[in-house]
Amino acid sequence: MAGTGKAHLRDRAETLVRVEDLVMEFPAPGGKKVHAVSGISLDVAEGETLGIVGESGCGKSTTAKAMIQLPPPTSGSVEFDGTDITKLSPEELRQMRTDLQIIFQDPISSLNPRRKVGEVVAEPLRVWGPSDKNEQRVKVDTMLDAVGIDPDVARDKRAHEFSGGQCQRISIARALVLEPRVIICDEPVSALDVSVQAQILNLLEDLKAKYNLTLVFIAHDLAVVKNISDRVAVMYLGKLCEVSESNELYANPAHPYTSLLLGSSPEPDPLATINLEVVEEADLPSPINPPSGCRFRTRCPRATELCERVEPQIQKVTDNHYVACHFPLVEVEDLDETAVSALPQHEGK
Amino acid sequence: MESRGTVGRVDRKILVVEDLKTHFKLPAGMVKAVDGVSFDLKQGQTLGVVGESGSGKTVLSRTIMRLTLGNNVHTSGRVSFEDRDILSLSNKEMQKIWGLEMAMVFQDPMTSLNPVVKIGRQVTEHVRKHLNVSKSEAKATALQLLKGVRIPEAEARFNAYPHQLSGGMRQRVSIAIALACGPKILFADEPTTALDVTVQHQILNLLNLQQQERHMAMILVTHDLGVVAGRTNDIAVMYAGKIVEKAPTWMLFSRVQHPYTEALLRSIPRTNQKNHTRLSAIAGRPPDLINPPQGCKFSPRCPYAQDKCREEEPTLQAAQSDEHQFACWYPVGTPENKEAFEKNLAAQLPQTLAFAEGKVVDESVIDNAVALSGGGS
Repeated sequence: MAGTGKAHLRDRAETLVRVEDLVMEFPAPGGKKVHAVSGISLDVAEGETLGIVGESGCGKSTTAKAMIQLPPPTSGSVEFDGTDITKLSPEELRQMRTDLQIIFQDPISSLNPRRKVGEVVAEPLRVWGPSDKNEQRVKVDTMLDAVGIDPDVARDKRAHEFSGGQCQRISIARALVLEPRVIICDEPVSALDVSVQAQILNLLEDLKAKYNLTLVFIAHDLAVVKNISDRVAVMYLGKLCEVSESNELYANPAHPYTSLLLGSSPEPDPLATINLEVVEEADLPSPINPPSGCRFRTRCPRATELCERVEPQIQKVTDNHYVACHFPLVEVEDLDETAVSALPQHEGK
Repeated sequence: MESRGTVGRVDRKILVVEDLKTHFKLPAGMVKAVDGVSFDLKQGQTLGVVGESGSGKTVLSRTIMRLTLGNNVHTSGRVSFEDRDILSLSNKEMQKIWGLEMAMVFQDPMTSLNPVVKIGRQVTEHVRKHLNVSKSEAKATALQLLKGVRIPEAEARFNAYPHQLSGGMRQRVSIAIALACGPKILFADEPTTALDVTVQHQILNLLNLQQQERHMAMILVTHDLGVVAGRTNDIAVMYAGKIVEKAPTWMLFSRVQHPYTEALLRSIPRTNQKNHTRLSAIAGRPPDLINPPQGCKFSPRCPYAQDKCREEEPTLQAAQSDEHQFACWYPVGTPENKEAFEKNLAAQLPQTLAFAEGKVVDESVIDNAVALSGGGS
């Protein structure tokens, strides 16, 4: 069993992006494979922000980038607005790209240093029109203005003349200029100072409302993800652990991994409880040779022999909360049939 | 939960810093990276130094440790470490202090460790040089240290190269090296910024544990208020090369006085807030350190700033208790502060709107205001 189930997927009519059984493998030396993403299914409703969190190497960026075919996944499907974009011809995919844009982590290196900001933002328009220069200029100015940059000042400057926060705003303007429907935000605030981070998060919220955007927001900071997301997916070593409405996820984490992440997140509050016991480093499994069964079992305090043998399937906790765990931290509504049928005679509890 | 930082014993001051200034001479002018910092640190205590990039926090710790910052540096003031004037010592005399009495853990363990030397040798080298022991004794000490920083299978890892270890393991090795000769003070400069949250948590716990076991003083430099919240005795908040507020940790969070500290705290999203909570933003960006704004350096971005703030720079003064110091004319929570806020809100100042409503303000708006008022470049 490669996938971890699709119980959490909503009706197709409600969603704009639907990823099923996404697998991404990269070749490794010695004929081995890096299992970066192993059977992820996710969906995003129109106008929703989906947050993806996890530690480095969990496949969160790979998943989000595969959603826009950068690069196309090894297997699995990505439906956008009812079309499976993994099956499109290169030209059809190219046409589709205007709707799918991305913002990267490092704002400075994602802008061409030799080009003027006006040109950088106008670049997508040169490909997709309007061909009229004046019309292009009006659009560029509107977008720069929308991200809070004065177009008259910025137009003829180059990226190095701006701060990191301003460069990130310029990248956002560039992503917006084609009026996309989905924007993938790949750690857009990780490289920024905290005071600037708040401005970018507020800006993304404003733009999302103004242009009816759908966002996929990747970050390793749990508080940032909660702030911006409607729904959050927690990933571990190429697998999905938990998907939930964000307030619910943070209030009632069901997966031991989510709970571990929340417990490790540094809170700016001297009265917050800190577990001072944890000193040893967990043995991190390799994505080249991931553990059998549940991939988190090697670090999980609740793991049993069942977790080693049977991969947990995604099951419902409440209406908008799903978890892939044999022994979740909260009551689960419907017991997972496949896991139960795989149980040996003695009970695995 | 039970113990956070070291509380207890009355200890002597191990480090006294007075009016320390570190300026860099550049063609464009003098960069005042550290501009008049004073504080002291007692044995066994942890001080958190918090600031954004460019606030001078790293230069401060490197100046105190006398690490070479370049030949265009002008340092003045006094650093007294165990009654020795650090700034006037020769390099030769410093060599008896580095590693033995003062040590540092850097942000990126991949660049602070030598990539072509096995980690065992990197630890023993240090022990042998400073403690003058035999090869086998040094190895035994090194193994002890590696076990102390909880490196599993230390014997096997002894012959590993840094690239064969995970980021967290590498940082543990750097900590082992720093602790090797039992320093009296440990500088940890963003020791966990490059690490995942779960690993960050372990490393911070490890530093706490070692600091308590050894009754060592520690300066924890970070940009993240979350990292220092439950783990330090005192916190100093730096802005534009100066300490703007300093207090015992609990006091800083519960009775915040400086608007910058307040703004930092309110701009950080928290996991116990509802999603889509509008964040208080700090408009603008950190000031140019060659031509800083006149008056209070934070005034162009401050939601409460008045004319006085733009003209006259406040100095560090004590709040209700001597332990709590801040540099502000309109400290948070006072009637004057409230009045200033109402006034600025009525005048629709961009920085006040950014703070009150999370309004998105372009940095150039603030920069232009600084230029008009005669400050800045």
